[in-house]
Amino acid sequence: MNNLNSWMQLALFVGVLLLITKPLGLFLMRVLDARGRTFLDPVLRPLERLTYKICGIDPAREHNWKQYTAAMLIFSLVAMVTTYALLRLQAALPLNPQKLPAWPEHLAFNTAASFMTNTNWQSYSPEATASYFTNMVALAAHNFFSAAIGIAIAAAVVRGVARQTMSTIGNFWVDLVRLTYYLLLPVCVVFALFLISQGMIQNFKPYDTASLTEPYTTQVQKTDDKGNPVNDAAGKPVMIDQKVDTQTIAEGPMASQVAIKMLGTNGGGFTNANAAHPFENPTPLSNFIQMLSIFAIGSALTYYLGRMVKHQRHGWAVWAAMTFLFLAGVFVLWRAEAAGNPIMTQLGVDPADGNMEGKEVRFGIFNSALFTTITTDASCGAVNCMHDSLTPLGGLVPLFNIHLGEIVFGGVGSGLYGMFVFIVLTVFICGLMVGRTPEYLGKKIEPYDVKMASLVILILAWDILGFSAWASVSNWGPPDPVTHAVTNGTNNNGPHGFSEILYAFSSTTGNNGSAFAGLSANTPWYNTTLAVSMLIGRIAMIIPIMAMAGAFARKKIVAESVGTFPVTGPLFATLLVGVILLVGALNFFPALALGPILEHFLMLTGKLF
Amino acid sequence: MKNILLEIKTSVLALILLTLVVSGAYPLVVWALGEAMFPHKANGSLIVAKDGKALGSELLAQSFTSPKYFHPRPSAAGTGYDATSSGGTNLGPTSQKLMDSVKAAVAQYRAENGLQAGTLVPADAVTSSASGLDPHISVKNALLQTARVAKARNLSAEKVAALVEKYTDRRQLGIFGEDGVNVLKLNLAMDGIIDQ
Repeated sequence: MNNLNSWMQLALFVGVLLLITKPLGLFLMRVLDARGRTFLDPVLRPLERLTYKICGIDPAREHNWKQYTAAMLIFSLVAMVTTYALLRLQAALPLNPQKLPAWPEHLAFNTAASFMTNTNWQSYSPEATASYFTNMVALAAHNFFSAAIGIAIAAAVVRGVARQTMSTIGNFWVDLVRLTYYLLLPVCVVFALFLISQGMIQNFKPYDTASLTEPYTTQVQKTDDKGNPVNDAAGKPVMIDQKVDTQTIAEGPMASQVAIKMLGTNGGGFTNANAAHPFENPTPLSNFIQMLSIFAIGSALTYYLGRMVKHQRHGWAVWAAMTFLFLAGVFVLWRAEAAGNPIMTQLGVDPADGNMEGKEVRFGIFNSALFTTITTDASCGAVNCMHDSLTPLGGLVPLFNIHLGEIVFGGVGSGLYGMFVFIVLTVFICGLMVGRTPEYLGKKIEPYDVKMASLVILILAWDILGFSAWASVSNWGPPDPVTHAVTNGTNNNGPHGFSEILYAFSSTTGNNGSAFAGLSANTPWYNTTLAVSMLIGRIAMIIPIMAMAGAFARKKIVAESVGTFPVTGPLFATLLVGVILLVGALNFFPALALGPILEHFLMLTGKLF
Repeated sequence: MKNILLEIKTSVLALILLTLVVSGAYPLVVWALGEAMFPHKANGSLIVAKDGKALGSELLAQSFTSPKYFHPRPSAAGTGYDATSSGGTNLGPTSQKLMDSVKAAVAQYRAENGLQAGTLVPADAVTSSASGLDPHISVKNALLQTARVAKARNLSAEKVAALVEKYTDRRQLGIFGEDGVNVLKLNLAMDGIIDQ
């Protein structure tokens, strides 16, 4: 905590984020206006017009909330089914130099749901499973679409708040096309090129083979002629010596995918180690810009909100509440990881180095803590350290960030529309406390709005806790390789094993995608339940929120009076933070007590599992 | 119903068109620009010997175990340093398995480098990295290995320490990240394969 350099990096991060918020927010104003002009018009306007023409889209026609939501759901479903088909057909498709086979049904379903919902949970190891074609077409395309859809939903909600006595809230197709062409694509081209300059790969060649300077021998399980692993009579694997004199290096079109993976808060890795892999996050600078790109659009959307409702200070109040929650998370996580693990200290490990298990030297404690907070504040889910190996309190922070609904800048769009729910609740609760009709920006909050907001909170809690409880009393993991007995798939025992399960369903419900990756989730039961929780976490959240957007658009704006509760300033920001923390703690404290909190105290007593 | 069919048609057309742009044109443009501007990096930052054989990537760790080489961090990637199977141990802070392996690694590190019992060992030397391919070790870790490497090679400790200094990647722009010593490049430099 006393490292001056780390404080400077944190100050720089918050400073740069603050600096880009207004310009990017103003750019969003233009992109999200069907008639908005941008400096990219000369190049992209013809492409935009052509797209409308081919697809039969009338950009002048607006949707009401039901039409908007229906168009969004139909497009998502068509794209998801397409991805499922592409994964099942991988072996027959081009750009597959490693001859990777087709995906099993449950994994293809899980992955199609995962990428469609902006979750990017990965039950598989990408470099051993996904061809270049799969990465580019089946997966990266969703990284664009799900990001654009998230922003579009947020924009529709903001329009609903800003408009009065209207039924329409924008045209889904126009938002989708314009966000993809004018915002995501141009930023990604520049971003991807920067990433290559830092050492990220972008190629289409087969995996390379390097000759080791110092070959060595390792033990591997024997396989028979058909490639099946061999066990002895007692069921134990037969191990044989294998000489290793080469290193196979996975290649592929990584930079183009990673750019949208980060900017669109998708988080699906091109490699299993995700942003911890030296190709996928080569330098501390690539790490800094990747972190910034996670928050960039979420932060700009708060400015967009302020601008659209003609109440810029409200936008900044929301920004401040988010930043407060962000910094609180960073401090707890940073402190916990820097303090390290007393059990390791007893074994002779230098406590000054902190907990380096599952972290990279180039990032160290601070940048790992910062990245972990950011990726779970937003619904990104990329990781630059292994969350499963964090200290108990270090692991509590990402888990609790997800439980709060990922509204701290949040997933692109989903952060703001999630925050909208909490704003409505805050205004409602404050209205009750002072005994006045609650109103938000001149609009009366009515029972319907509060019902919809409550639904969102309840679905979040039910989806996470219900599935976690079910999984905890089931054995959904792969069979034990030696005894063939069923397992629950956890890599750790004791409270940490429960944390792995809780984290999995929190991550999928929150559409985050990061993991306590020790969980062996690539089984029919886990893949299916996790996919269902992702679909609930996305669709069952969006529908009530869009219903609120529609209801808000129809309301009349009444003039402010002395009794109006202000939605600006420190008082509002503090109350908003309070409501968020209260709801999160009430819903999830019991579960967290069984996992990371219990483990923290057991670690202090030196208990091992 | 007619409206739904119409939206499905729009969805299919929009999906095809947008996919052509974001999954076709976009990665190809990035690839072409990358090849033109940063061909070495875009192709994996490979270190190539004089005979054209690839020896590894500047960015990826390899296994080194003999005393004359600096040793990288422990790796949980595949059976170790497998660049097609990146990943960490995913063992948590109260894992018996993790503590057993750390205990063994501490004993081995002290024995290899002639450290007294009770000497604190750098954390990065006995814990697995996140990717299993971490190219770096901490400067503290490298300096503790310097005496062993110098002895095995009949070099002066100063000479080896100078090489460690040369292959230390400092904080980027003086601010970002942490210092780290690139183990593969350092070892290849000592073998005279890349610049000393």
